[in-house]
Amino acid sequence: MAFVIRQRQIAADNWQLLKPAADGSAPALPADGDVIVPLALWRGQRADLLARSGRLGVWLDGHEDPAEIAGDLACFALVAVNFSNFGDGRGYSIGRLLRERYGYKGELRAIGTVVRDHLYYMAGCGFDSFLMRDGEDPAESLAAFGDFSDSHQATVERPLPLFRRRSGTTASGH
Amino acid sequence: MYIYDEIDQRLVDERVSQYRDQTRRFLAGKLSEDEFRALRLRNGLYIQRHAPMLRIAIPYGLLASRQLRKLAHIARTYDRGYGHFSTRQNMQFNWPQLERVPDILAELATVQMHGIQTSGNCVRNITTDHFGGVAADELIDSYVWCEVLRQWAMFHPEFSYLPRKFKIAVNGAQADRAAVKIHDVGLHAVHDANGELGFRVLVGGGLGRTPIIGSVIREFLPWQHLLTYLDAILRVYNRYGRRDNIHKARIKILVKARTPEVFAQEVESEWAHLKDGPATLIPEEIQRIEARFTRSAYAKLPATDANLEVALAADRAFRNWHLRNVVRHKVPGYAAVTLSLKKTGVPPGDVTAEQMDAIAQLADRYSFGELRVSHEQNVILADVKLSDLHALWQEAHALGLATPNIGMLTNIICCPGGDFCSLANAKSIPVAAAIQERFDDLDYLYDIGELDLNMSGCMNACGHHHVGHIGILGVDKQGAEYYQISIGGSQGNDASLGKVLGPSVSQAEVPGVIEKLIEFYLAHRVADAERFIDLVRRIGIEPFKEHVYGVRNQAAADRRRQLATA
Repeated sequence: MAFVIRQRQIAADNWQLLKPAADGSAPALPADGDVIVPLALWRGQRADLLARSGRLGVWLDGHEDPAEIAGDLACFALVAVNFSNFGDGRGYSIGRLLRERYGYKGELRAIGTVVRDHLYYMAGCGFDSFLMRDGEDPAESLAAFGDFSDSHQATVERPLPLFRRRSGTTASGH
Repeated sequence: MYIYDEIDQRLVDERVSQYRDQTRRFLAGKLSEDEFRALRLRNGLYIQRHAPMLRIAIPYGLLASRQLRKLAHIARTYDRGYGHFSTRQNMQFNWPQLERVPDILAELATVQMHGIQTSGNCVRNITTDHFGGVAADELIDSYVWCEVLRQWAMFHPEFSYLPRKFKIAVNGAQADRAAVKIHDVGLHAVHDANGELGFRVLVGGGLGRTPIIGSVIREFLPWQHLLTYLDAILRVYNRYGRRDNIHKARIKILVKARTPEVFAQEVESEWAHLKDGPATLIPEEIQRIEARFTRSAYAKLPATDANLEVALAADRAFRNWHLRNVVRHKVPGYAAVTLSLKKTGVPPGDVTAEQMDAIAQLADRYSFGELRVSHEQNVILADVKLSDLHALWQEAHALGLATPNIGMLTNIICCPGGDFCSLANAKSIPVAAAIQERFDDLDYLYDIGELDLNMSGCMNACGHHHVGHIGILGVDKQGAEYYQISIGGSQGNDASLGKVLGPSVSQAEVPGVIEKLIEFYLAHRVADAERFIDLVRRIGIEPFKEHVYGVRNQAAADRRRQLATA
């Protein structure tokens, strides 16, 4: 069974993930409940979506530009990014942009091919919510956040790179 | 050598545990072949023609004697008693067992080594000039900057699943000995008008099936901005590089499609957001890394050594070796020595466990316990006293490591080829051996002078055939192994890509074609100082082509005539 990790815990989850139909047409919108809609649906039915009673989330595919929703982030209770396969790394950049450039503070969920071995990197890029792929082991997945005890780079979780934390300098360079 | 601190060590140890668990899950059937491939590759483990191949990182080619002894131990314990230095300054073992790789990695971690990011679609081992720190023409010690980049690249959260592999080279000297123009990113140290240090940034160079010389996208990047600027390049590539076709996925294809000018603008606009951010480098960090490098404690010596002069005058073989395998050092009284791993009959870059132990001992006795691996697949002792050269030569000679052929035709750069690699179209090692045998006469070899001959078993170009003065590429012709010969390639400041000479030839014909090329060169050079590559540049490839194929066609015609009259 697929399961959700949120804030480093296995979490109950009522979000419905809406995907375009096989022919690419927009999915039907359920009358109520919490939904995560594709970007195209948000662009096309913005007013309808805002008028609904349930909570609203949007998801971006790897080729989609987070700049498109930069001005709308306050409308969403959740933003999800799709990783289309094991090696699709575009979502890591999208996560960072949403957090660091567009200032998104809400729930940021990784969806698609999300397995234990990705989690450490995804967390470093600002993801705090994960729809794990079918067949992943919950305990092993939670342990994956601790694969490495530190990182050299600045990450969303640790905004200062290791060298600045070592030297105690927080301000920028020169 | 860069010496790990507690955090460096911990991260490498943690990688061993992580990989051990990934192997366990694969063997338990919890990870598919495909997914385990993506994971094992980024730890250097390939599944090859005969067995797995494990690639171990030698960061920027720098190795301590105790690390080489560990590699010898691994060769004996887990492999078949030898290893192979690759053109990426790494070491490859061709026969390890998949189940035992975690144990090998645990052993490596005890001497501050690993297989991290030696393959896979991530930032690979950073490479540099094998004369870093000792060359007279250097602006900076490139090793320090390579280590800065090693730390930045290791487990980078955003850039661990790139469209394709990503290779960065740093050159710290005036002469480019790091081949910065044929890397995904090349960084060439420069000073601006005020004497401030920075880097010229090249992007989109590479060999493989679409060889391209890199384009300069920034003439001067102040050193403080190195990491944020690289973040910007990698982000543009990570988001927009092609992922639909493995053969179109390198950054060079993106740069070409967008043009270098447009790509540079995209990087600049991305960088505008990152510039002066927390990843901006600070002098304290450069000093900290510099201080973690062990430094050779040079003695104060005269610039010449009388005994050396006597030995050179007395011994022709020593003189030949000194001429070819010894280069000047910036410190008076010292020299840098290349131990050749290109002895005729031995696959280029192969080294036995016994040789590794012996080289480690030479390094301890003659060169402060350090050595370097060059992308030409030789070993360099960088800090040898002039007064020790003769004794070192005698010992190296006894070990079969003193072939005086550096910079010459028989110093062939060569991939493992079809004998080992599952990608190869054709064998490369026996072809190299046949050429080395054909040119075994040293006087003839010296008369030919400086000549780079590079060979790859397939268009992935691990043997850098495009930038050889003579390049040989293994191709598949209706199931048979053939070889395409090119001439006019070059690495370094005047890098160029070779041009194909004509139709490919069979394995048996290769040495003859090379001989024809050399024959033509020797007959047409205006002076000894005009190198093979200079002549190709002066007169073009056509006359060479006519000489090789004209004569070859003539020979075929003669044979037909003989058969007809027989």
